[in-house]
Amino acid sequence: MGAFAYVAPSNLEEALAVLKEHASAGTRAQLLAGGTDLLVQLRSADKTPRTIVDIKKIAETNRIDIGSEEVYIGSAIPSAVLNENTELAALFPGLLEAADLIGSTQIQGRATVGGNLCNASPAGDSIPAMIAAGGVCVIVGAKGTRELPVEDFLTGVGKNALEPGELLLGLKFKRPGPRTADAYLRFIPRTEMDIAVAGCGVSVTLDQNGTCTAARVAIGAVAPTALLVPAAAEALLGSKLDDDALTAAGAACTAASSPISDKRGTVEYRRKVVAVLCRRAAAIARDRAKG
Amino acid sequence: MAEAVDYKVIGTSPVRPDGVDKVTGRAQYGADMNLPNMIYGKVLRSPHAHARIKSVDLSKALAMPGVYAAVSGADFPQAQHGEIGGEGGGDVADLAKNIMARDKVLYHGHAVAAVAARSVQLAEAALEAIDVSYEPLPPVLDLDAAMAVDATLLDENCFTKNLPEKPDKPSNIAAVMQLARGDVEAGFADADVIVEGEYRIPMAHQGYIEPHACTASVNEGGQATVWCCTQGHFEFRAMASKVLNMNIADLKFIASEIGGGFGGKTVLYLEPLAILLSQKSHRPVKMTMTREEVFRATGPTSGTHCKVKVGAKKDGTLTAATAWLAYEAGAFAGAPMGPGAMSIFAPYRLDNFHIEALDVLVNKPKVAAYRAPGAPQSMHAMECALDDLARELGMDPIDLRMKNAAEEGTQAPYGPKFPAIGFKACLEAAKQHPHYTRPIPEGAGRGVAAGFWFNVGMQSSAEVHINENGTVTVVEGNPDIGGSRASMCLMAAETLGVTYEQVRTLIGDTESTGFSNVTGGSRTTFATGMAVVQACEDIIAQCKARAAATWGVDEDQVEWEDGQAVPAPGVNADVKPLSLADIAANAARTGGPLLGRASLNAQGAGASFAVNIADVKVDRDTGKVDVLSYTAIQDAGKAIHPAYVEGQMQGGAAQGIGWALNEEYIFNTDGVMENAGFLDYRIPVASDLPMIDTQIIEVPNPSHPYGVRGVGETPIVAPLAVIANAVRAATGLRINDLPFSPPRVLEALDNA
Amino acid sequence: MNKVQVSTSINGEEVEFLCEPQQTLLEVLRETLDKTGTKEGCSTGDCGACSVLLDDRLVCSCLVLGVEAQGSEISTIEGMAGSEGLHPIQQKFLEHAALQCGICTPGLIVATKALLDKNPNPDEETIRYWLAGNLCRCTGYDKIVRAVQDAAKELAHPA
Repeated sequence: MGAFAYVAPSNLEEALAVLKEHASAGTRAQLLAGGTDLLVQLRSADKTPRTIVDIKKIAETNRIDIGSEEVYIGSAIPSAVLNENTELAALFPGLLEAADLIGSTQIQGRATVGGNLCNASPAGDSIPAMIAAGGVCVIVGAKGTRELPVEDFLTGVGKNALEPGELLLGLKFKRPGPRTADAYLRFIPRTEMDIAVAGCGVSVTLDQNGTCTAARVAIGAVAPTALLVPAAAEALLGSKLDDDALTAAGAACTAASSPISDKRGTVEYRRKVVAVLCRRAAAIARDRAKG
Repeated sequence: MAEAVDYKVIGTSPVRPDGVDKVTGRAQYGADMNLPNMIYGKVLRSPHAHARIKSVDLSKALAMPGVYAAVSGADFPQAQHGEIGGEGGGDVADLAKNIMARDKVLYHGHAVAAVAARSVQLAEAALEAIDVSYEPLPPVLDLDAAMAVDATLLDENCFTKNLPEKPDKPSNIAAVMQLARGDVEAGFADADVIVEGEYRIPMAHQGYIEPHACTASVNEGGQATVWCCTQGHFEFRAMASKVLNMNIADLKFIASEIGGGFGGKTVLYLEPLAILLSQKSHRPVKMTMTREEVFRATGPTSGTHCKVKVGAKKDGTLTAATAWLAYEAGAFAGAPMGPGAMSIFAPYRLDNFHIEALDVLVNKPKVAAYRAPGAPQSMHAMECALDDLARELGMDPIDLRMKNAAEEGTQAPYGPKFPAIGFKACLEAAKQHPHYTRPIPEGAGRGVAAGFWFNVGMQSSAEVHINENGTVTVVEGNPDIGGSRASMCLMAAETLGVTYEQVRTLIGDTESTGFSNVTGGSRTTFATGMAVVQACEDIIAQCKARAAATWGVDEDQVEWEDGQAVPAPGVNADVKPLSLADIAANAARTGGPLLGRASLNAQGAGASFAVNIADVKVDRDTGKVDVLSYTAIQDAGKAIHPAYVEGQMQGGAAQGIGWALNEEYIFNTDGVMENAGFLDYRIPVASDLPMIDTQIIEVPNPSHPYGVRGVGETPIVAPLAVIANAVRAATGLRINDLPFSPPRVLEALDNA
Repeated sequence: MNKVQVSTSINGEEVEFLCEPQQTLLEVLRETLDKTGTKEGCSTGDCGACSVLLDDRLVCSCLVLGVEAQGSEISTIEGMAGSEGLHPIQQKFLEHAALQCGICTPGLIVATKALLDKNPNPDEETIRYWLAGNLCRCTGYDKIVRAVQDAAKELAHPA
C-alpha cells in the first residue's frame, strides 16, 4: 500500500473542517468507513498522496433512528449491526438481506451500506435494495445538509454525487406502511463470497385484496449504476402480482439493463437472469406483504 | 487378496503430534520467520505475456535510501540445460529462466527483477524505479493457436521431441507421446456401439491458502540458510544449487510448516532470489508472494483439449478406444501429458487402444504438479464417454465399468501387470452404497465416475532414536502437509510394539537427516513410511542383540513381542522381558544409544482406485448447479490414520467439485489473467458443499509392510466426470467443456 | 516516517505499538508484534485466514488499518488457549482431524468462537454460511463442520 495520512475526526465539525481544508487546497481526501473496499483499492490504486478521513467516530454516522415516520441509518453502521437490529429486519427485510449478502461474516463486521453506496460499484448489493426501499442520502458539507434519492446519488461506475468537502452522513427511508414489504435477490456462481452477476430489489405495497398499489423495482450489476426501473413497477401496479405481472416486470428489467460481458457473466446471461431475479424477488416481497 | 490383519494402533485416528501448535497459532509457516536485521524482497513482474527484454536498469532502485540490493537475470549464472529429477523437476535452464527471465518474458507475471529493502512498502516503491525496456511479441494463448502451422514461437529452439525423425522446423509442440496396443481398427469394427467426445478444460490452480514464502540468510562465508514452505526441501536445495551454481553443501534448507501445496510447492520460485538478495545485502531477506502473484506466477495445472472414442459390444465389453490429449505446458515444456496418457484407460481391460498426447507451449505460467497431475483432465474425457456409452447400451454405469474393470493380472496400458488392486471392490461398494441405492431426489441427477492414480515410491530416509526413557523420536525428511507425522508415529508404534503416545515424529532439515524426495505423488505414507518401518526393524534387531548380551544368550534366541525383548520359545532362560524403556535405560552399558535408520528407493507403490457418486440439482432459470450429496469410495490399501485418509478423499472431492463448477483461469486477449484473486477464482466455500461421505476400501498393497497405497491424488480424479455425468442426468445434456459455470449451463439449457 | 502511536488491548493485555497509517492490523500483528498465529492468505478479505475479533466483532485483520485499532480490544488465536489448556473449539478441531495443512485453522477457530458466542447451537447450514469467509482447501469442510457441531455441544454441556 502506498503511504497516506490518516485522521479520525471525533465529531462532524472536525470532519467537515478537514474535508474543507483539502477541498480548498485541491488535495485528495478519501472517506473511510468499514474500509472493506477502500483498503483493497489502496493496495492496487495509484499511489498519489492522500489523507484518509475515518468517519466512524462521528456520532451522526453511527446512529440508527427508527421513528414513526422515518428511519435513519448512519453511514458508518456495519452490516452486522444492521442485521442484529430486529426492528429494522421487520421493516426492511429486503434491505437487510442485501446488507447480509455483502461479503463474508468478517466483511459484514466492517462493511457499511453507506460505504457500499459511496463505492458505487455497479454490483453493490445494498444499492438496488436501498433504491427499492426508497432510500434518500443525507449529505453534509460546508454549505449545510442536502438530500438526494439513492438512484440519483450514483453518477457512474465508481462515481457518486459527493462534492469535494462533502460526506454521506446516512440514509433516510420512509417507514413502510401496512402490507408493504421488500425483498432483494442477487445471483452469484457460488453461495457466498462473490460479486453479484445481477441483482434485483423489489418493494411492493398491497391493498387488502392483494392488489399492488405501489411498487419500486431496482436492478444491479446490469448497467453502469444500479437503476430504478419504473417500467417494471408499472407492470406490477394494479396486478395481484401473479405470474404474468411478474414476467412482465422481469421483461422490463431486461429491457432496462445494459450489461457488459466480463469474468463474472455475459451480456446475454445477465439480461436473462435479471428477469429471473425480478420475478423471484417480487414474489417474495408479495408474500411478505401479505404477511 | 491378503487377509485382514488386526493391528494395535494402525487404523486408529489419534490427534496428530503437531496438532496443538497448529490450533494455537504457534506453528511456523513459510511467512512466519522473522530474524534480526531482516529486510524484505519483492519481485518485478512482466506486464506482457510475451516480449523480448531489451534492457533492465536497476540503478535508480539501488540509489533509493533503504534499498539494499537488486537483481535481474544478468545476476544469475548462465543456466545449463540438463534434467533435474523429482516431481518439481524438469530442465534446469527452463527452471532458472522461470525463476528469473533472461532474454524473454513468456507470461504476464514472469519475474524480471527483484529488490530487497527495509520494508515491503519501500521494496514495492523500488520496483517502480526499475526501468525495463520490452519489445512486445504476439502472445500465444490457446492450444489451437499454439499448434497452428504459422504460430508465433515461444522458443525458436524448441523442436518437438519423440517424433520418429527430428523435425526440421521448431514448434510450440514441445513433445508428443504415443501409447498403443492391439489393433484399434479391428476393435472398432468389432464394436456394436461407438461413442465419441471432445472436451476442453481451462487452466486451474491448486489454490493452497498459504502463499509461497521464504527467508534466506547468507553468511559472509557463502553459506546459505533458507526457511521456506516447500513440499520437498531436499529437492529445493538441489534445484537452488543448480540455478545458482552453488555447492550443495553450502545450502541448508529448513522446511517450515506448509500451508497446502497439492503439487504446487514442489517448484522453486522465490528462494534463489532471496539467496542472491541476501548475499548482496548481507542481511536476511524475507520474501512472500501476494495472492495475485501466486495466481499469475506459480504453476497451475494445464488447460487441456481431449478427444476420446470408445467402442463396445452390446454386452458392454470394450473393444477399442483412442484418445488425443493436448496439454498446455505454459511457458516451458513439461505438461503432465505423460501421466494423463498413462491413466486415461488404466482402470479398464482394453486390448486395442491408441493414445497420443501433446505437450504444448503457450504464453501462460509454467504448469506445476496438481494432485494426480494430468489424470483429472484425461480421465474426465473417458469417464464422460463411458457414461454416454452406458446410456446407449442401456446399462447401469457401474455395471459397465465392472464388466471391464482391471484386476490383479490385468496389463496396465502403460506396461506392467497390476498386482492386487481394489477397483472392483470400489465398484462393488459403490453399487451397494446407500447413496447409490436410494431414490434420486426429485429434479436431481445422479452421476458416477471412476478415479485412478499410479502412486509413486522414490527415495526416502528415516532415523529412529530411542530416548533414555524408551520413548521414540522418528526423524524423516518429508514436510507434513496433511497429518503424515501422525501416520509415521502410528507405523513406528505398531512396528516397535509401543503406544502412539510414546512416539514423536519430526521433520529434519537438509543437514540433519537423509535425503528424501518431495512430499508428492502420494508417496510419503508409502515410501517414507516404509523407511520408518525399516528403521524400526533396525531398532528391534539392535534391541534383540542388547537383550541377548544382557541375558548371555544368542541373538536368535531373542524375539520381539509387544514392545519387549523376550526369550524365543523353547529357550531356557529365566529372565524378565526387557521393554524398550528397560533397554534404553541400560543402553550405556550395552553399547550406547539406540539409533535405527533406513534409506531406500521404494518400489511397488500400489495404484489407488476410486468410485465417486454425486447428486446434483440444476436451476433451469439460472444454470446454477448445486451439489446435493457426494460420496467418495477409494482403496487406501490400508488406512494408517483413517480420519486423515477420509480427509484426503473429502478434500480432493471438494477441489474436483470446484474445478468442475467454477474454477478456471480467465485470460484477456493480451494474456493477462483477469481473475487473479480468491474473489473471482472461485474455490468452494463451506456453504457450497454438502457433507462428503466416504468409504475406505482396504485391498492391501503387497509391496508395503502394512499394505499402504498412497491416497492423496486419486480423490481429485473422479469428481470432474462425476459432476458432468450428474448434470447430464439432471438435464439430459452432455456439456463437454468445464467448468459448469452458470452462463455455460444456461446457454446449453436454452439451446437444447 | 510518520508513525502513529496506537494503544490497544490484545488478548486482554495492554499493548502499545507504533505503526504507519498504511500498515494493516494484520501486518502490525505479524511483523511488529510477532503474533504470527494470525495468517495471511490473500490480503483482500477473501480467505479469512487473518480473522481476529475486534471489539468482539469478527473481522479480517487485513482490512483493518493498524491505526483504526486505537482504543480497541483485539482477540487473536494466541489468546484462545489458557492456563486450563486448549479451548474446547481447539480440542474438537484436533479430535475431528478438522485440519490438514493447518494454515486456515487459526482463522477458522477464531471465526467459530465468534459464531458460538453468538449462537450456541447452530445448525449445519448456519455453520456453513457463517464460515463461508474462511477458505479451507484441504478438508472439503466436512470435518470442520463436525468439529464445530461437537464444540457447540461440548460448550453447552462440558464433559
